Amino acid sequence: MSFFSRLKERLLKSSSKIDEGVDALMESGDEGPVDAIAETPGTAASTETARSAESAEPQPGLASRMLGAVTGRSPAVEKQRVLDDEMLEELEELLISTDLGVDTATRIAANIAEGRFGRRVGGSEIKRVLADEVARVLEPVAKPLPLYAKKPQVVLVVGVNGSGKTTTIGKIASQLKGAGKSVMIAAGDTFRAAAVEQLSVWGERAGVPVFKLPQGSDPASLAFDALAKAQEDGADVLLIDTAGRLQNRQDLMEELAKIVRVIRKRDETAPHNTLLVLDATTGQNAISQVEVFRKIADVTGLVMTKLDGTARGGVLVALADKVGLPIHAIGVGEGIEDLQPFDPAEFAKALTGSTD
Amino acid sequence: MFEALSDRLSGVFDKLTKQGALTEADVQAALREVRTALLEADVALPVARDFIGRVKSQAVGAAVLKSVTPGQMVIKIVHDELKTTLAGEGDADEGPKLKIDSPPAPVMMVGLQGSGKTTTTAKLAKRLKERDGKKILMASLDTNRPAAMEQLQILGAQVGVDTLPIVPGQTPVQIAKRAKQQASLGGYDVYMLDTAGRLHVNEELMAEVEAVRDEAKPHETLLVVDSLTGQDAVNVAKEFNERVGVSGVVLTRMDGDGRGGAALSMRAVTGKPIKFVGVGEKIDQLEEFHAERVAGRILGMGDIVTLVEKAAETMEREAAERQAKRMMKGRFDMNDLRQQLEQMMKLGGMSGVMGMLPGMGKLTKQLEGANMDDKVLKRQVAIIQSMTKDERRKPELLQASRKKRIAAGSGVEVPEVNKLIKMHRQMQDMMKKMGKMGKKGLMRGGLAQMLGGKGGLGPSGPMPGQAPGQMPGQAPVAPPGGFPGLPGAAPGLPPNLPGGLSGLGKKK
Ligand SMILES: Nc1nc2c(ncn2[C@@H]2O[C@H](COP(=O)(O)OP(=O)(O)OP(=O)(O)O)[C@@H](O)[C@H]2O)c(=O)[nH]1
Ligand SMILES: Nc1nc2c(ncn2[C@@H]2O[C@H](COP(=O)(O)OP(=O)(O)OP(=O)(O)O)[C@@H](O)[C@H]2O)c(=O)[nH]1
Ligand SMILES: [Mg+2]
Ligand SMILES: [Mg+2]
Repeated sequence: MSFFSRLKERLLKSSSKIDEGVDALMESGDEGPVDAIAETPGTAASTETARSAESAEPQPGLASRMLGAVTGRSPAVEKQRVLDDEMLEELEELLISTDLGVDTATRIAANIAEGRFGRRVGGSEIKRVLADEVARVLEPVAKPLPLYAKKPQVVLVVGVNGSGKTTTIGKIASQLKGAGKSVMIAAGDTFRAAAVEQLSVWGERAGVPVFKLPQGSDPASLAFDALAKAQEDGADVLLIDTAGRLQNRQDLMEELAKIVRVIRKRDETAPHNTLLVLDATTGQNAISQVEVFRKIADVTGLVMTKLDGTARGGVLVALADKVGLPIHAIGVGEGIEDLQPFDPAEFAKALTGSTD
Repeated sequence: MFEALSDRLSGVFDKLTKQGALTEADVQAALREVRTALLEADVALPVARDFIGRVKSQAVGAAVLKSVTPGQMVIKIVHDELKTTLAGEGDADEGPKLKIDSPPAPVMMVGLQGSGKTTTTAKLAKRLKERDGKKILMASLDTNRPAAMEQLQILGAQVGVDTLPIVPGQTPVQIAKRAKQQASLGGYDVYMLDTAGRLHVNEELMAEVEAVRDEAKPHETLLVVDSLTGQDAVNVAKEFNERVGVSGVVLTRMDGDGRGGAALSMRAVTGKPIKFVGVGEKIDQLEEFHAERVAGRILGMGDIVTLVEKAAETMEREAAERQAKRMMKGRFDMNDLRQQLEQMMKLGGMSGVMGMLPGMGKLTKQLEGANMDDKVLKRQVAIIQSMTKDERRKPELLQASRKKRIAAGSGVEVPEVNKLIKMHRQMQDMMKKMGKMGKKGLMRGGLAQMLGGKGGLGPSGPMPGQAPGQMPGQAPVAPPGGFPGLPGAAPGLPPNLPGGLSGLGKKK
């Protein structure tokens, strides 16, 4: 299956929850069904009709993708509701249910209410405005992993346990290789059982060499040696895997700081990128992960994995808002091709269940 | 990072009526803040809503105890409900039970990718082997993730538990079959099936795990969930429970600094007990789940408030006051020690008390490592009970022959009596030091003030990073006897407890 259709499938699949939410929210208003055309002159009836095509099951094919809207209700009877305090709170809750966090959810809901408060609004309008608002917050941080002329460009990959670091390295290596770069991977997780074996398989899949030392070796000296080897071999990019570590483990964070220090002994401009891999299922702790890893290891960008599930990764919105680190890519599966550029508009639509 | 619930509530509490029963308005105001706190702790929205609803119906009209503020009353009701909802089997004396009596008993581990299944499989195998003397076989059914089978194999070798030989190319169902055969033939008590990580919405993989379940008919199916999980916890819990059938939950990464709201979501949605928690990457870092601690963690303040709350219930103020005065004078005999020990037991054991004090998590673990549990406390009390009146008042009387008698009377060995005496001496020394410090007025706003507090409601000790008196709603209940350096009133506990307790554990 192509990346695109997989992504679409994902978006369609995951767009149902909050969408139901917005519709349910409209239901809970005391306004009865009203004639949308009469009541909201701004709504173009034709696009609404097109959009209403029910698409419960993901379907490939351009047409259904175009029609992949999920309002599931004829616009002629679209519910409307006065945007009051109660509805505002319900909107906040919908956002909270995507892991946006209470703070950011409140702010975004308030932005939406501006100019609409006390006015009747329809479900599709709310969805669209929500998506726009979220996209607006995300736009400035959507940046692909920058590639430099510097050889080798050293990319250090960090994060808490099990977030998807090793898998993401495999995926990035494969993409870079595909783009004609000569890539090397360093198996810097010298702690976890079979971490080296796991990465070796990824190296084979991506067709790039993996630099390894026995389990239990010092990860900092491994990184140093790997960089020396990459320099020697004239590699374009060196991707360094690290063991998973929780950000509140001071000893392990110090180990990470040491890895960075030692790499700089070999090349003081390195690491050129430090990627923090976040798991989309993680809740508000992701914020603390970003703050601490950034402090310790100068994180330059984020990758969010496991967005192929039902987790919406709303915490990225909070992060964009509060921290503003670039978001480079998203992981949408366990396969080598399941790494997508981060597209704020698509992400926002999936998050809010919006469709246009 | 999170605004402590206590801070949020302090404003609300000010407005609460001061007496009688809780009104709906009181409760509504306080519960709004509680709801926000739950959401910030990653409790899933529908679960938080439902929970708040339940608490509300309990709280409205509830009588406010004399010694607490309405706000504290609400907190207590919230905390109790949280604890009841979370209650797992770790709180029972025997710890969590696994249905693994008829050998070979299959245990299946399921969950999302990277949640910690493989690590937990090995941890649990080690526990069952070492604690329960079971013969365990582990099998990896993960045909998906690179080197997943090798990972389990390596862990097996590390903990001395057998793993099913790896046969490339087999399906998970075939491996499960082979594991069952091998387990029967090899005389294993339990065989553990570590499955591949899967998303609950991945039809193919969910069907696969159903097929494995139908083949193996596991006696236990444990859902392994990352405690850092956010709102998605409800979906995960619901789907895995409905499709695969879950008998219990394991929460991993509880060593992180997440608030652990996923625990409540899991418990509420599956209705199944949380059996264990993972507290590190190392294979011995598996613990039983304790509702009390997690409730406090989710509330983000539980710590202090529960301590205060429980203390209010369990302590006789006057007695404590008297005791505190004596202690300030450096008098601390076996009767005093016994009171201390009994209080600790009421407060949920040493780890219970310590676990409630922010920043004490590590110490708690040490104490647990030293077997500072209720059983030890009970034995210590028994030892004191076997002393004569005179001996209790003048511990210096305790010579060899008396010790022997006491040991026999309380059913312990003499070294244990010695440990108790040593501990008493250390504590007494500390009391003396404390008394002196108090006189020099070194503890302004701390202990001295608290002890001197008239009318029963002394000011609380300063919260970390907060000036005393900033929390009007929290004005304790403070029974005297808090100690400096630790926030809030820690009733009746001696100062510098950690150092002073070296004689108490089994080790040393
Ligand atoms: N569904 C899905 N699974 C993923 C994704 N990325 C990684 N995974 C899976 O998540 C699990 C953990 O991935 P790893 O790459 O081993 O994670 P890690 O961060 O290297 O883990 P540690 O080294 O143990 O800290 C594996 O089962 C991966 O297949 C993704 O985008 N979607
Ligand atoms: N800090 C901490 N790390 C843990 C804990 N349990 C597991 N881990 C780590 O989490 C990562 C993933 O653990 P695994 O046991 O491989 O997870 P899994 O669920 O088997 O992963 P998949 O098979 O890929 O789905 C590893 O780095 C483990 O060391 C825990 O309780 N605390
Ligand atoms: Mg890894
Ligand atoms: Mg595994």
